[in-house]
Amino acid sequence: MKNVEVTPGMFSSAETKPSLKTPITLVVAAFVVLVFFGFLGKAGDISFVWSDKREAIQLPPFVVNSMLFCTFVGAVLLLIGLLSIALSLRGRRTPVWLIAIYSLGAMMALLGWLATEATQGVQMIFILGNTLVLAIPLIFGGMAGIMSERVGVVNIAIEGQLLTGAFVSAVLGTMTGNLYIGMIAAMIASGLLSMVLASLAIKYLVEQIIIGVLLNVLVIGVTNFLYSAWVDDDSINRNFPGTFEKLPIPLLSEIPVLGQVLFNNRITVYLMFILVPLLWYVLFRTKLGLRARAVGEHPLAADTVGINVGRTRFWWVTIGGMVAGLGGASLTLGNVGSFGREMSAGLGFIALAVVILGRWQPIYVTLGALLFGFTIILKVWANQVSPGIPVDFITMVPYLVTLVAVAGFAGRVKPPAASGQPYVKG
Amino acid sequence: MKLELRNITKRFGTLVANDSISLTLKPGEILSLLGENGAGKSTLMNVLYGLLQPDEGQILIDDKEQKFAGPGDAMAAGIGMVHQHFMLIPVFTVAENVVLGHEPTGKAGNLDLNAARKLVKEISDRFGFDIDPDAKIQDLPVGAQQRVEIIKSLARDAKILVLDEPTAVLTPQETDELMAIMRDLSKNGTSIIFITHKLREVQQVADRIIVIRQGKVVSEVSPKSTAGELASLMVGREVDLDTKKKAAKVGAETLVVKDLTVLDDRNQQMVNGISFSVHDGEILAIAGVQGNGQTELAEAILGLRKIHSGSIQVAGQDLTKSNVRQVLEAGVGYIPEDRKKDGLVGQFTIAENLMLDGSFGKPFANGMQIDFAKRDEIAEKLIKDFDIRTPSADTLAKQLSGGNQQKVVVAREMSRDLRVLIASQPTRGVDVGSIEFIHEQIVASRDAGKTVVIISTELDEVLALADRIAVMYRGRIVGIVDAKTTREKLGKMMAGIAA
Ligand SMILES: Nc1ncnc2c1ncn2[C@@H]1O[C@H](COP(=O)(O)OP(=O)(O)OP(=O)(O)O)[C@@H](O)[C@H]1O
Ligand SMILES: [Mg+2]
Repeated sequence: MKNVEVTPGMFSSAETKPSLKTPITLVVAAFVVLVFFGFLGKAGDISFVWSDKREAIQLPPFVVNSMLFCTFVGAVLLLIGLLSIALSLRGRRTPVWLIAIYSLGAMMALLGWLATEATQGVQMIFILGNTLVLAIPLIFGGMAGIMSERVGVVNIAIEGQLLTGAFVSAVLGTMTGNLYIGMIAAMIASGLLSMVLASLAIKYLVEQIIIGVLLNVLVIGVTNFLYSAWVDDDSINRNFPGTFEKLPIPLLSEIPVLGQVLFNNRITVYLMFILVPLLWYVLFRTKLGLRARAVGEHPLAADTVGINVGRTRFWWVTIGGMVAGLGGASLTLGNVGSFGREMSAGLGFIALAVVILGRWQPIYVTLGALLFGFTIILKVWANQVSPGIPVDFITMVPYLVTLVAVAGFAGRVKPPAASGQPYVKG
Repeated sequence: MKLELRNITKRFGTLVANDSISLTLKPGEILSLLGENGAGKSTLMNVLYGLLQPDEGQILIDDKEQKFAGPGDAMAAGIGMVHQHFMLIPVFTVAENVVLGHEPTGKAGNLDLNAARKLVKEISDRFGFDIDPDAKIQDLPVGAQQRVEIIKSLARDAKILVLDEPTAVLTPQETDELMAIMRDLSKNGTSIIFITHKLREVQQVADRIIVIRQGKVVSEVSPKSTAGELASLMVGREVDLDTKKKAAKVGAETLVVKDLTVLDDRNQQMVNGISFSVHDGEILAIAGVQGNGQTELAEAILGLRKIHSGSIQVAGQDLTKSNVRQVLEAGVGYIPEDRKKDGLVGQFTIAENLMLDGSFGKPFANGMQIDFAKRDEIAEKLIKDFDIRTPSADTLAKQLSGGNQQKVVVAREMSRDLRVLIASQPTRGVDVGSIEFIHEQIVASRDAGKTVVIISTELDEVLALADRIAVMYRGRIVGIVDAKTTREKLGKMMAGIAA
C-alpha cells in the first residue's frame, strides 16, 4: 500500500505571491525617517551618552550631526525594507532578526531626532534602565495571563491580583520590616485570589469574565477602603516599605551600557530574568507544559488520555496568580517604594493585551511589555529634552513599529482553542 | 484479561441510551458491536472507558469490580480506546499527540520528543502506516488522522482495545491492514471490541457479534451470518443492500470545471489542472484514495478555498471568484467530508443546524426576523423524513450519535432547492439502513434532473451510485470511465495507473 499512500507535501509547491504588507510598511516608515528626520530634520548635533558617571569604564559620548545621522539611518532602513520586498517576491519571509535591527535603527533615529541640541544628550542608560523597570509588573502580569489562558481559563482578574500584590507587599513589608516577607505574602494573597477564580470557573462553571470583573471591583474596593480607613492614618508604620536594595552582579554589571541596564537591579528584575525562560521551558519543553497546552486546546482529548483537566487548570491559574502577585510587589517594592490608591492603573488589562500581542509566548510577551515600558519613559523623557513636542503623537510611533514587527512574525498562531470554555463531563 | 459488563444502564435525561446491557469479552477475542445510529454503542464504550459514569451496573475485569472515575483509571486497568470522533489536538504534532499523557522524559525532566518520534516511527513501520511524526494534526487529511488515533492507542499496549468506527475514513487497503493488526493483537492476547457499520469487515474479523438496538442487546450472532441477515437484525426490518436505479436521463451540461488548480494551506498544489463536466440528471463519482486533492476540489467549487487558476461554471454562470454565499445561491449544495468541522455547529440545536445555510431568506426568515414556527415545522419534518434519532429538535447537535449528526447535514443540504449537489463521503459513519435511504435520496435527486457529484473513497458507494466515475490521483484525474468498470481496474487507477 506504500506506493498508493499520499500525504500532503508530495505535491509540487506552486508559485504564490506572499503578502507584501510587512515590507511595504517597512519601506514607508523608512521614508518617514529619511525625509522628516533626515532631509527636513534638525540641523544641530546629537550626543548619545553611553555611560553613567559612576561607572568604572567610561565610554565617550557619540556626537553626530542630526540630519546626517537620521539620513544615514533612514537609508539603512530603506535598504532593509527593499531587501524585505525582494524576499517577499521570492516567497520568503523577512527574518525576525532583520526586523529587530530595523526597529533598533528606527528607535535610535527617533531618540536622536528628539534630543538634537539637548544638553543632556540621549541618555541610553536612563532610557533603557527605566524601560526595563517599568515593564517588570507588566511582564509578570503577562506571564500570569499566559499561564491561565494556555490552560483555557481567561483571567481578567490580573488587574486585581497586581493591586492585591502591591497592597499586601507594601503593608506587610512595612509592618514586618522585611521586604522579602512582604513579597512572599503578596504572592500568597494573589494566589488565594486566583484560587477563588479557578474554583468558581472550573468547579462551579461560573462565567470566567464575570468572576474576573467582580474580583477586580472587589479588590479595588477593599484596598481603597483599607487605604483610607487604616493605612493612611499611619503611613510611616503601615505604608513605607521603601524598595529592595540594588544588587549589582559582580563583573557582569561592569559591562559598558548593558551592565548598568541589566545587571545592576533589584531582585524583582532578576526574578523576571529567571521566570520568563523558565516558563517558556516548562510550557514547550516539558510534559507538564504539553499537558497544560493540551488542556487549553482540547480538554476532552486531554481527558481521554488520563489528564485531569480540572486539576491542571486549577494549579496553573493559581500559580499564575502568584506570579501576578509578584508583579504587584515589583510595582511597590521594586519601583515606587509605597502603595498608592489603585496604583495598578489598568496595567492588568494592558498585560492581557500584551499577551495577545505576544501570541501567548513568554518571550514575545516580554518584548511587548518592554515596548510598553519604553513608551512610558519615552513620554517623560521627550518632554524633558524637547519641550513642547506633541508627546502623545511621539509615543504612538513605537506601537506602529510593533504592529509591523508582529505582522512579520505572527504566522499562523491562534489563541488556545478552548480559552474561556468550561469543561463539562458527559 | 477477561471483561464483563453487568446490567449497564446510562440515561441522558429521559433518553435511555443503554438499557441494562450485559456482555462479556474473553481474552484474545474480537467482539463486534453492531447497531443502528444512536443505538448506544459509543455510549456503552464511553462508560467502559470512564468518560461517562453509568447510572446502574458494574464493570468487572477478571471478576473484580472496577470503579473508573475517569479515563485515567480505565487506562491504568489496561483499557485503550480509539474514539469515533478524533481526540487529537490540532496544533500538536503527531508525536506529541501520541505520547500525550505518558510522555517519555529525558534527564532534565524535559520532554523527549526524539523518543516520541521513534515510537511513532516504530509503530507505523510495524503496521505499514506512513505517517510523519512531525506533521501537525491540523495539516493532515482525516484518513491520516485516523491512523494517528490508532497509533496512539497501540502505543499504550492496552490489554482491552476499543475501536469505535476506526475504519470509517480508511481506504480499503488500510482497512485490510488494520484487520491484520487486530488479528495479530488478538493472537497475542489483546481483547478487542470493534464497532463498525461495514458488515463485510464484521464478517471478516469478528469472533462474535452482538447486536444492539435502542440501547438493548437484541441478539448474539455468529460471524457466519450473511450481510442481509446482519442488516435486518440491526435495523429490525429487511434492508435492501443494493441501490436500485434506472438508466440516467442525461440533460444539459451544468457543472463545468476547467483547468482547475487549487493550493492547500501550505501552498502545495493539491488540485493540478483538472477539467471535467457533469450534466443534469447524472451522477459523477470522484473516486480515489483520501488525500489526493478531492477535499480541496470540493472546497474550491464551493468557494471555500481560493482558486489558483482555471475556472468553474454552474449553468453558464461563472463562479470562479464567487464567495460561498454566491455559490449557495447559484444552487449548489455541499455535504462536507468532516461533519464536525465543516458541517455542523455542535453548540446549536438540530433545528438551528437544519436552517444554517438557509438563514438568509425564505422560508426560514422574514426580512431580518427568523420565523421560529416555520423553522421548527421544517425541522420536525426533516427529522422524520431522514429518520434522525433524537429526543427532540431542540437537542444540541453535539449530543447526537455520529451517524445521526451525518443525517442532519445530509437532510439540510438535500432539502434545499438545488441545481448541483456536491457530496463528500455522504454516508460516512451511517448505518446500513440509513445508507440505503441516503442513496435512494441521491438517486432521486438525479432522477429529478439535478447534477450530482459524489466524492467517495468507498468503492462500494461509488459503484452503487455512479453513472460515470472519475478517478483522482495526486491532484490529477487519471481517467473518467463508465460505471461498469471493474473494481480491479478502478483500484489500479486509484494507484495512479492510467486506464
Ligand atoms: N452527551 C449526551 N447528551 C445527551 N444525549 C446523548 C449524549 N451522548 C449521546 N446521546 C444520545 O444517546 C444515544 C446513543 O448515542 P451513541 O453515540 O451511543 O450512539 P451510537 O450507537 O454510537 O451511534 P452511531 O453509530 O451513530 O455512532 C443517541 O440518541 C444520542 O443522541
Ligand atoms: Mg457512535
